[in-house]
Amino acid sequence: MSSRIPLPYSPKVLELFRNPKNLGRMDDANAVATAGSLACGDMITIYLKIDDRAERIIDASFESYGCAANIATASLLTEIIKGKSLREAWNISWKQLSDELGGLPPIKYHCGVLAVGALRRAIRAYYRGRAKPDWLPDELTPDEKHALEEEELMKILAKRIGEDGRNSH
Amino acid sequence: MRQDLLEQLEKVRSLVRTHGNPLREVYLDLENSGLVFEEALAALHEAYRIHGNPSITHRPGWRALEVMLEAELGLMDLIGAGGGEVVFTHSGTEANNLAIMGLAKASRGRRKIIVSQIEHLSVKFPAERLQEHGFKLVEIPVDEEGFIDLDHLADQVDDNTLMVSIAAVNHEIGVVQDLRAIAEVVKDKSPEAIIHTDACDALGRIPLDLEHAGIDMASFSGHKIFAPKGVGALYVREDVKLEPILHGQLSSQRLWPGAENIPAIAGFTRALEIFGKNFDEYRSRMRRLRDMLIDGIFERVDDVVLNGPRGDRRAPDNVNMSFLYCEGEALTVELSLRGVYVSSGSACTSRTLEPSHVLLAIRRPYEVAHGSILMKVSPMHDEKDIEYVLEQMPEAVKRLRAISPKVVM
Repeated sequence: MSSRIPLPYSPKVLELFRNPKNLGRMDDANAVATAGSLACGDMITIYLKIDDRAERIIDASFESYGCAANIATASLLTEIIKGKSLREAWNISWKQLSDELGGLPPIKYHCGVLAVGALRRAIRAYYRGRAKPDWLPDELTPDEKHALEEEELMKILAKRIGEDGRNSH
Repeated sequence: MRQDLLEQLEKVRSLVRTHGNPLREVYLDLENSGLVFEEALAALHEAYRIHGNPSITHRPGWRALEVMLEAELGLMDLIGAGGGEVVFTHSGTEANNLAIMGLAKASRGRRKIIVSQIEHLSVKFPAERLQEHGFKLVEIPVDEEGFIDLDHLADQVDDNTLMVSIAAVNHEIGVVQDLRAIAEVVKDKSPEAIIHTDACDALGRIPLDLEHAGIDMASFSGHKIFAPKGVGALYVREDVKLEPILHGQLSSQRLWPGAENIPAIAGFTRALEIFGKNFDEYRSRMRRLRDMLIDGIFERVDDVVLNGPRGDRRAPDNVNMSFLYCEGEALTVELSLRGVYVSSGSACTSRTLEPSHVLLAIRRPYEVAHGSILMKVSPMHDEKDIEYVLEQMPEAVKRLRAISPKVVM
């Protein structure tokens, strides 16, 4: 294997960063979720407008705080899920997003994981208070857990920095 | 393997095409790769005609040796060196590695290495590696502007201290340390301890008087004074014992084997002359551009933090600001599309997903470190360049903030 550090961006990532699709808050969304945090350096909010009867996504949009790969991933994901049933959307993997972006390098995998994590959180939010379908697992999936772990880790690190700061005075 | 390489090459070519050529460009990423003085480039071209290796006994060899000695003299004069020698390497990173690993290899007894928490990775990493060889590493904390805690340093220096390495000017936040005070504290506790300073960012930016300040070793980098790339240097005061860390055919230098980069060294000499001759004028010009950039950003953009001190305690070229609610790597890409080239201390750019250790050491919260942008001005920039950056920056920040989820920090 080459020891060279892979190029973090593909032309497709740059293009979607420049002209993202489905950008911005959606006021009439019926499912919303955020994954990540400012402290992580990555945060994605996904807005879904869902046809209740068909359990199908009519419209999707996002807001993102993160690198260009993060913005590109969220743009791609919201484009893919439009028109899909919630079940189909649930099964989209971060690997699929990475492949469509021309292959994210390992250092950017978490961008895909975070986008998928936010989507799944939004789908879970939608079913809260509704009859949960059979295909929706009770347990968190690895991608959801990963997003959660990243958030938790940053909380701990951020707290440690705060404590160091206090100790020095 | 070859197929992967071809794909990678096509990808990067396509990336450059997709990006396109901005109509106007201002290059401020002097931290990662410098500009070059035309005169230094001309000196490099001229020296390429010498051909010789300075260790060989023929005319071209002696001409090459002449180039090296001129460079050594030029550097010694500009840094106020006493007795000692200059070892030419091919980068500042190599000079820092030689200082730390070379001294450790030569050490017979002392086992403690002291660095600050904000050292360049080419100091931090070799010092950390030495722990695997029985050395003890101590990192001295800094205050919120980046100044090292002298009392803490005094507490740590003892008869086991082999070396103390603290950069004269920090590469990220431009904090100018008081070298003389540091040396006094160290030598007072242990006269035998060796003091090294990474002076890559200090050369040409602040007056250096190493002999007077009591410094034993100092590292320099060609590209940071706008010499051609591929040359670094380590000043070593006489009586400091180093072992080589690379092995091969020795040319003219006992401590660094391999063919010296004579053309780049000739360019280095020219760059030293230019900085030496225009020292005061360059400093005030850089300071003017730096303050124009800092003040201009504060005037035009809300929720911005300056990292590092202000005024004379900051290097005249350094601007490091955090744009809250704006991720730094995305901002470098957005600014690139607008022809403004900068770098960031965001985790995304670090390849390890940890933000800049320098910004964390001055106790910037993660979200502030992620939004940091590093820019350096040079005597080759002018007011029009800064005006262009000041036009583009608010637009770039506005676009990214508009994309960002609305949360209150």
